[in-house]
Amino acid sequence: MIRLCRLENETLSSVATKDINISEVSEHTVEIITNSGEGAQKCAQIFGQTCAKMGNGVWTVEIIPAEIEPPHHTVTSTSGNIIRFGTDKVTNWGDQSKLAVAFNDQVLLSRHRLDSLHDNCIILQESLWENHEDEDIRRMYREAMEEMSSKNYRFVNVPIEEEALKIVSNPSHGKNMFALGLLAEIYQRDVSIIERQIAHIFRLKSQKVIDSNIELVKAGAAWARENLDFQFHIPSVPAEEERIVMNGNQACGLGSIAAGMELCSMYPITPATSVSHELAEVIENYGGIVHQAEDEIAAAGVAIGASYAGKVALTVTSGPGMALKTEFIALAIMVEVPLVVLDVQRGGPSTGLPTKVEQSDLLSSIYGQPGDAPRVVIAPRSIEECFHSMVTARRIAETFRTVVIVLTDANLATGVQQFTRPELDVRWQQGPIDQSPVPEGLRPYEWDPKTGMSRRIIPGMPGGAHTVTGLAHDELSLVSYHPSGNELGMRMRSRKLAVFQSTLMPPEVHGDEEGDLLVVGWGSTHGAIEEAVDRARAEGRKVSSCQLTFLSPLEPGIKDIFSKFDKVMTVEINYSDTVGDPYITEETRRYGQLAWLLRAHTLIDIDCWTSCPGQPLRPKDIYQNIIAKLEPSQDIEIGEAS
Amino acid sequence: MSSLAISLLDLEADAGVCFEAEDYQKRPGKWCAGCGDFGALNAVKRLLAKEQLQPDRMVFVSGIGCSSRFPHYVNAYGFHGIHGRALPLASGIKLARPELDVFVVTGDGDCVSIGAGHWIHAIRYNMNMVVMLLDNNIYGLTKNQTSPTTPLGYSSMTSPHGAQLPALDPLQATLGVSNASFVAQTADWVPAHLYATLEAAYDHPGFSFIRILQRCPKFTPDIFEQAVKDPARTELLVHEDGVDPPGLEKLYEARREHDPKDIDEARSLARRDDMIRLGVFFRDDSLPVYEEVRAVPKVTPQEKINRLNKEFERYAV
Repeated sequence: MIRLCRLENETLSSVATKDINISEVSEHTVEIITNSGEGAQKCAQIFGQTCAKMGNGVWTVEIIPAEIEPPHHTVTSTSGNIIRFGTDKVTNWGDQSKLAVAFNDQVLLSRHRLDSLHDNCIILQESLWENHEDEDIRRMYREAMEEMSSKNYRFVNVPIEEEALKIVSNPSHGKNMFALGLLAEIYQRDVSIIERQIAHIFRLKSQKVIDSNIELVKAGAAWARENLDFQFHIPSVPAEEERIVMNGNQACGLGSIAAGMELCSMYPITPATSVSHELAEVIENYGGIVHQAEDEIAAAGVAIGASYAGKVALTVTSGPGMALKTEFIALAIMVEVPLVVLDVQRGGPSTGLPTKVEQSDLLSSIYGQPGDAPRVVIAPRSIEECFHSMVTARRIAETFRTVVIVLTDANLATGVQQFTRPELDVRWQQGPIDQSPVPEGLRPYEWDPKTGMSRRIIPGMPGGAHTVTGLAHDELSLVSYHPSGNELGMRMRSRKLAVFQSTLMPPEVHGDEEGDLLVVGWGSTHGAIEEAVDRARAEGRKVSSCQLTFLSPLEPGIKDIFSKFDKVMTVEINYSDTVGDPYITEETRRYGQLAWLLRAHTLIDIDCWTSCPGQPLRPKDIYQNIIAKLEPSQDIEIGEAS
Repeated sequence: MSSLAISLLDLEADAGVCFEAEDYQKRPGKWCAGCGDFGALNAVKRLLAKEQLQPDRMVFVSGIGCSSRFPHYVNAYGFHGIHGRALPLASGIKLARPELDVFVVTGDGDCVSIGAGHWIHAIRYNMNMVVMLLDNNIYGLTKNQTSPTTPLGYSSMTSPHGAQLPALDPLQATLGVSNASFVAQTADWVPAHLYATLEAAYDHPGFSFIRILQRCPKFTPDIFEQAVKDPARTELLVHEDGVDPPGLEKLYEARREHDPKDIDEARSLARRDDMIRLGVFFRDDSLPVYEEVRAVPKVTPQEKINRLNKEFERYAV
C-alpha cells in the first residue's frame, strides 16, 4: 500500500480527521449489488459517468434480473452494476470485483457463487441483517457468511438503511445514493460532477427530489470519511481529444440520427428497447419519429414501407424479434429495398436469457431465411463503433439496395464507455434520392450485369410506376417463373455482396502477423480478447488476435492472415460442443458460430472456445483457454488480473 | 428533395394529360373468368379517372392471395408483399410520404386470418388510405381451403365435412375497434354501389375499410348466388352522408335510412344476419389520422448536425 497525501476534494472533505491509507492503483472494479428496484443502476450510472468525466477509462456492466421486481432479499433478486475504471482506456468488464457494496447478504451470496468477487474483495455490507429481529433473516445471514468464509473477503458493516432513513422516509429510494456517497469518498470523486449528474437524471422530478438525493450522497461520503480507514486513488490522464460517454444502445440511437434515419419502427424487446427510449426522447427534434408497431413483424413492415417510399428506416430488435421479422427481411432483399436492422443479441434459443449477453444470432442473421437471401451483416466491436455502425449500415443499405443487419449485444447495449466525440459529417445524412423523371424504357431492375446494381426508383418519380413483388421477377419487375430469369435474379442479388466486399480492407491483426496461435473474435468481445492476448504476449507467447466486424460478406484476406499461424481459434459467447464429452467426437462436434463460418470460408481446421454463461467473457478465462490451446497437456494456472 | 420539389415536378407532369379509366389498366387481370375481382378493378379504374390521379403518385399495396395480384394490373406504383402484411407496408409508405395516395387490396385469408393483428391495429392507427377487403369466403390461390369468413358448414378441402366454426364477421370486428373511422360493405355484382362506395372511401380522410363481397366462380359459386338472383335479400343502407347511387331503387327495394354517424346502430345492423346489407355503416371524418398525429417539422441536414452536436454536450466527458 502506498501512502499518499490526502487529496483535496471540492466539497467532500478538506480536513482529514484521521490517518487514511490511500492505495494508488491503475484500475479497480466495483460492484453495487442490491435487490431489484433499489436503484443500483442509477447509482452506478452516475458513478461511471463521474469517473469518465474525471478522465478515467470506464466500462460498466449491468446485472439485471429478468423480472421487474422479484421477491427481495433472495439470491434471484440480484440487481446491480459492475464498474471497472482505470487510468488507461478500459475495454471490457475485466475479471473480478475488488470492492462491493451489498444491500443484503443474499444478493451478495449470488455474486459470490458466480465467482464474481476477487478473493480479497472489500465488501461494504448493510449491517441491518446480522442482528435482525427475524430469526429466519439472521439464520440466512449466518449461513451466507459461512458459505462465503472460503474467501478472504474483508467485510465492513455499514448502516446503509439507518443512515438513509435520516434523510428519506422510504429507504428503497435513498440507499443507492448513500452508497454512491460511500464510493465517492473512497475513490475521491468530484462531488460537483455527481451533483450535476443527479440534477440531469432526475430532471423530470421536483427540486426536492434532487436536493434529497444530493444530501444522501453527502451523508454517504461523510460516513465513509468518519468510519473507513482506506481509500483508493486511480490517477487519470486528461484526454487529448474531446470525448463523450454513453452506452451502446444510446450510441446506436444517436448514430441513427447522425446517419439521417428519420424513422425507427420497433416493438419492445429486451435488451434492445432502450435504443428506442433514447430515440423517442430526441428524434422529433431531428424531423423523425419512433413508431411503436403492434408487433415485431409490423415493425419490420413499416420500416420497409417507409424505405420503399424513400426514407431509409431502422428497425430495432433482439433474437426472438429477428425470428419474427425473417419473412419481411427476405422480402426487402427480394425487392431490393434498403433496410437497417439492429439486433441487440441476448441469450437464446426461444425466450432464453432476455437480459443477458450472447452472440448466438450470427448464423441466423446471415442465413435465417428460406431461399437464398444475401444480405450484409456487421458487428460493431465497441460502443464507439455502435455509433458509427449506424452510419455505415445506412450507407451500405442504400448503395447496394439491400438489408444490413447490425449485431450488437447486451454487453454493448448496457455497457458504458467513453469515446472520441464523433466529428459529424453532413454527408452522412445522405443526399436525397435523385427523383428526376425515369428515362423512357428504364427497367425497374436494370441490373448492371457486372455488379448487380441498379437505380433505385421510388414512388413519386414520374415515368417510374411499376409493381415490386416478392415473387420471382425479371428486370421489368414482372412475375417470372422462367428458369434462367430466376437464376439471373439470384445471381444479381448475390453479386452485390461480392462488389461490396471488394471495397473492404483486410482485418487488422493485434500483435505479430505470424505466430503459434491466432484468436479470432467478432463484435463485443474485442476488448476482453485483446486484454487476454496481451497478458499471454507479456509472457512471451506467440499469440495474436483478430476481431472481425464484417461477417457477411467476410472481410478480404482472411485466409492469408490465418495461414501465418500454426493454430487458429475463435472465441465467442455462444454454444459449441466439447470433444470428449459423451458422444462428442471430431465428427459430431458442433462448433461456435463464427468457427462454422470461417471453417467453411477458409477450409482451415479452425478450433473454437466458446462459452454462454449469460455474461461477458472475462479476460482471465480467455487467457486460460489460450494457454490450454498452446499447451494442451499442461496444467493451467490462471493469470492474475493486473 | 423536399416534398415541395416533388409537387412541382408533379405539376409539370399534370399539364395537359387527361386519363381515361382504361389508362389505369397496366395489363389484363389474370383472374378466373367470372371472378368478382374484375368488378373491383373496374370500379377502381373509374375512380382513378374521375379523380385524375397521377399513376406516379399513388401506391397499390397488397399481400398474398388472388385479390393481392391486383397491383400488377393497375397503372401505378405497386407493392405486392407477403401474406397478411400489406397493412404494415402501406402504413410505412404513408408515414414516410403522406402526400402519396395509398390503396390496399387484401382478401379474407390475408386480412382476416394471417394478417388479423395488423388489421385491428391499422384500423386504430387510422391512416388515410383506402382498404378493399375482397371477401370471397375462401382461400382461392391455394385452392379451396376454409377461411375465417367461410360460412358454418360450408365444405372445402380442409373442412370436407363443412366448416366447424361460425364465420368471423369483418364488419362487426372492424366496428368494434377503437378509432374506426369508415366502415362500409358493398358487392362486386352491384357495380354502381361498388363505385359509389369507393368514391366515398376515397373522399374520407382516414382509414376507409370496405368489405367487398366477392364471387369466386371456382370454389364458392353458390355462396352469393341467392343474393345475386334475388335482390329482395339485400338491403341498401342509404343516407346523405353515406352512399345512395342513383338507379338502384327499382332493383333494390329494401332500403334503410342509416346515419353513418350512429355507431350503435351500425353495430346493431352488422350483427343482424337476416339480409345482406350494403352501404356505409359508419363514418367519422373528424378522427385524427396517425400520419398527422406523428407529423414533425422538417429539419435540414445541417440543422440536424448542429442539434446533434449540442446533444453531445449531455454526454461530454
